[in-house]
Amino acid sequence: MGTFVLRRLFQLVIVLWGGATILFILFYMVGGNPAERMASGGGERNPNPQVVRNLEVRYGLDKPKPQQYVAHMSRIARGDFGESFRTREPVVDIAKRRAPTSFRLAFWAVIIEGTMGIGSGMLSARRRNSLADVVTTIAAVVASAIPVFVLGFMIKQLTGVYAYQNDWPAWARFPTIGLGDNDWIFWVIPTGNTWKYVVQPAFVLAAVSTAILARITRTSMLETMRMDHVRTARAKGLSEKQVTRKHVLRNALIPVVTILGIDFGTMVGAAILTETVFNIQGLGSQIVASAKDLDMPVVIGLTMLVTLVYGTMSLLVDLSYAYLNPRVRLGDD
Amino acid sequence: MARPLLEVSDLNVEFRTDDGPVQAVRGVDFSVDAGQVLAIVGESGSGKSVTAMSILQLLPPSASISGEVMWKGENLLEVKEPRIREVRGGEISMIFQDPLTALNPVYKVGDQIVEMIQAHGRVSRRDARDRAIEMLDLVGIPQPAKRVDQYTHEFSGGMRQRAMIAMALSCDPQLIIADEPTTALDVTVQAQVLELLTDLADRLDTAVVLITHDLGVVAGMADRVTVMYAGRMVEAGSTDDVFDGTGHPYTHGLLMSLPRLDSDVGAPLMPIGGQPPSMLSPPPGCSFHPRCPFAREDLGCMTEVPATLERSPGHVSACHRADELMADGALDHRRLVGAGRQAADTDTVSVTDDGSAPGTGTEGGGLER
Amino acid sequence: MDENDDLASGLSPMDDANPPGHPGSGPRSGAQDMAAVGHAAGAGAISHDEAHALDMTPEEEANLDRSLSDVGPSRSLRSDAWRRFKRNKLALFGLGLVAFLMVVAVFGPLFVQDPLDTGGISKEKPTNQHWFGTDRLGRDVLARIVYGVRLSLFIGMVATAACTILGIVIGSVAGWFRGWVDTILMRFVDIMLGIPYLVLALAFVAALGKGVTAVVVTLAATAWLQTARTVRAGFLQVRELEYVEAAKAIGVPTHRIILRHVLPNVFQPVIVLVAIGIGTAILAEAALSFLGVGVKAPAPSLGLMINESQSIFTSSPHLLFFPAIGIIMTVLGFMLVGDGLRDALDVKDI
Repeated sequence: MGTFVLRRLFQLVIVLWGGATILFILFYMVGGNPAERMASGGGERNPNPQVVRNLEVRYGLDKPKPQQYVAHMSRIARGDFGESFRTREPVVDIAKRRAPTSFRLAFWAVIIEGTMGIGSGMLSARRRNSLADVVTTIAAVVASAIPVFVLGFMIKQLTGVYAYQNDWPAWARFPTIGLGDNDWIFWVIPTGNTWKYVVQPAFVLAAVSTAILARITRTSMLETMRMDHVRTARAKGLSEKQVTRKHVLRNALIPVVTILGIDFGTMVGAAILTETVFNIQGLGSQIVASAKDLDMPVVIGLTMLVTLVYGTMSLLVDLSYAYLNPRVRLGDD
Repeated sequence: MARPLLEVSDLNVEFRTDDGPVQAVRGVDFSVDAGQVLAIVGESGSGKSVTAMSILQLLPPSASISGEVMWKGENLLEVKEPRIREVRGGEISMIFQDPLTALNPVYKVGDQIVEMIQAHGRVSRRDARDRAIEMLDLVGIPQPAKRVDQYTHEFSGGMRQRAMIAMALSCDPQLIIADEPTTALDVTVQAQVLELLTDLADRLDTAVVLITHDLGVVAGMADRVTVMYAGRMVEAGSTDDVFDGTGHPYTHGLLMSLPRLDSDVGAPLMPIGGQPPSMLSPPPGCSFHPRCPFAREDLGCMTEVPATLERSPGHVSACHRADELMADGALDHRRLVGAGRQAADTDTVSVTDDGSAPGTGTEGGGLER
Repeated sequence: MDENDDLASGLSPMDDANPPGHPGSGPRSGAQDMAAVGHAAGAGAISHDEAHALDMTPEEEANLDRSLSDVGPSRSLRSDAWRRFKRNKLALFGLGLVAFLMVVAVFGPLFVQDPLDTGGISKEKPTNQHWFGTDRLGRDVLARIVYGVRLSLFIGMVATAACTILGIVIGSVAGWFRGWVDTILMRFVDIMLGIPYLVLALAFVAALGKGVTAVVVTLAATAWLQTARTVRAGFLQVRELEYVEAAKAIGVPTHRIILRHVLPNVFQPVIVLVAIGIGTAILAEAALSFLGVGVKAPAPSLGLMINESQSIFTSSPHLLFFPAIGIIMTVLGFMLVGDGLRDALDVKDI
């Protein structure tokens, strides 16, 4: 197992390096001139050539591209991710400021996804072809077709605007900007009324994954229920409850748990639309803003962070998969 | 005679499917006495496994069952949830076809046996574990104390089935239903496993219902045989009666297709021509008539379902021509001369040519030169 | 697979009931061997599921059909898949939706007004003149929706076509040549898949600049990964099969082997990926346009329309509802068709 983890970590380094390289090529060779973009205020006005020139010198953008690449990569290898072209804030500081927010949002989204997705999937599977099953199935399909930004906007409009305009009770009104200023216990547990900030964006972020997870849970349960070993469990004289808990759920939830893990890895960095709709200062919204500005160091640094989280999660998922499913041996890639 | 341990009468099982109802089992009767071995023989789809499953109410909800399954004075088809759970594993155990899929891959083998023991009595985990090791030892698994903590994928096929047998016996059941226990195993270990099963059943005085498609394994092990075809019982009796005084052309066909040590060297095996019928639309009359070399329209083979009649004490068969054919010795598989009388005239028909088309004619069954 | 086991054991009398030379036996065993490679074959005499697991050229298909005809009614693979697709009401609904939107996209522009004409009154509610009302600049919303659906379908289909071709080519190269070519290509795929999709797409489109072309290139460049993996997996599976070996042995040129023997085998998962891919691409285009990095105004992109309408939602909700419904219908249609195809073709793991 040790070698397996080492090899996977090595692969992760390759992925991080490769990702940074792809972004570098995209922005520096295909994209426009960041100095020009900055000097023009994002393309709003014609840039002053002298300003552009100064910016280029300051950030080393006047040097040949390969030289810039080597310089930037070796800085990254030393742990220096550079500073934002725009605000001159070190990328590491930006990450420290933004990451906890993204992490918390993703954490709660995965909690929602897990409980609602697994719950409704199980309900669907156990009452196959019942009204609940049909409703869940259709809701799952429709939910995965609604764009996140439409869903987010509608919810925000309902509980954050309409609720105030129509004097809804206080519990039904929600703040719709950011994740609040209060402290968090153990990093993820909100204090005071902060939960009101979290619940809506977490729900929106979780919506599509919840729908997909419900369907996967349903399929997995139905497949497991048909398996021979479940019949054996029944033939042993176990109660239906024991059969479901120990022999159906235990086996059926193995793929489900791995999906939850992967989803968490994705949500930390890719909550771009949710963060945008709810004005949350997370990693995703920062990546969008910086990408628009061609603020290269920030995009590369944060994307590497996001990729690192994603890669680590999939490694953890593989380890837990091997733990949950004794047939799987680590190492045979 | 005392009442039999298990008595199944007029068992009918019907499945609802997308393509219409399927009558998987139609009016099956049999009984098992304590300590006895009953073999239920038939092809895939003959309803033998469904029969076994219905005894312990293990069929999916799409099955509707009627009839009686009398177990120690109560009808198992009617008992409620807590009682059937007591019976399952505690009084009647099952062994399934493929031990790889029948055991749960994510639990240790020992834990699965422990689970069964604890489901049938207040036993501490430690005692149950000791009992599991003891059972693994009993079925001949080497190093049982180590094996008890292994997973199914660490066992070989034969070892898995031994573990399955250990589990089935762990609560001292009075009856074991073994559903094709050796089909999924390597040929080399099939005999070992069967021998183990019957040997243990004999020692522990446990009755066995052995479900198999292989009449060959039945001969040495079963006290009684029930032959099923297309959901119906076509012949039943003591093993000797069925083998030596065969009362149904289907049983005869099965016997003819078996390799025998005492037959002439070079004597070809006789397959039964055609294929088993679709259970969605079984043929009218005797289900076997399309493949039966003796079927005659004028005797009602194609139109009337034959009655199950006693041919000798304790030996029944369902064939319109049974008495006549038995008297002629046409169903005696030990006779080296061909079976059907017509066969004498068509002596030259090559063996490999016939039987290829279902129900083509009278020469299909037992031709030998 | 019990049937197979029985046949293999050789001891069981009844399952040998099919004497040698039975018309069904020849193609059947071959078929099962092939089926066993990638898909679980159903038990029983040549089941339709089993037939499904094989992807065959029309000739092979016809041969199998002929061999089947004396066992049961003959059904071609395609009609069998269609039969199963038809039973799925949701999938049929999706197909109807897609067909309707296609008609709207192709013929709609003949009947609606100019989507760029700013002649109307600003933010008008639906009227006889403007069925879906007008937007902030007085443009007819119905016309913009029709053109928006047209643009969505165009982007979705062109991008998916491009990424499918790219995926097939790269997957084929990796799967056929293997060795270091395969290693490099698949590592590259790993790297691209290691970056969350939207982040990757965002980086591409931000670098390429706004506009329809940039969006199409972005979507094509980021969405071929799954197709390439699937095609490669299919190649690895099929490459060693006897009929491919045989074709190689008799000197059939490589490109013919790939086209005639290998690619048909990966056709089914790829067709599912295409249907789902179009839906995903349309959703991604809308998201990018919503974020302000996709299609440039004043082009009638549904995502852009939603973005523009947010600030005036309270006074003019119709400006958000209609484009939202447009996106949902389009994406839903393709997703449902994709799901239906997946079930009908019995494709797993996608």
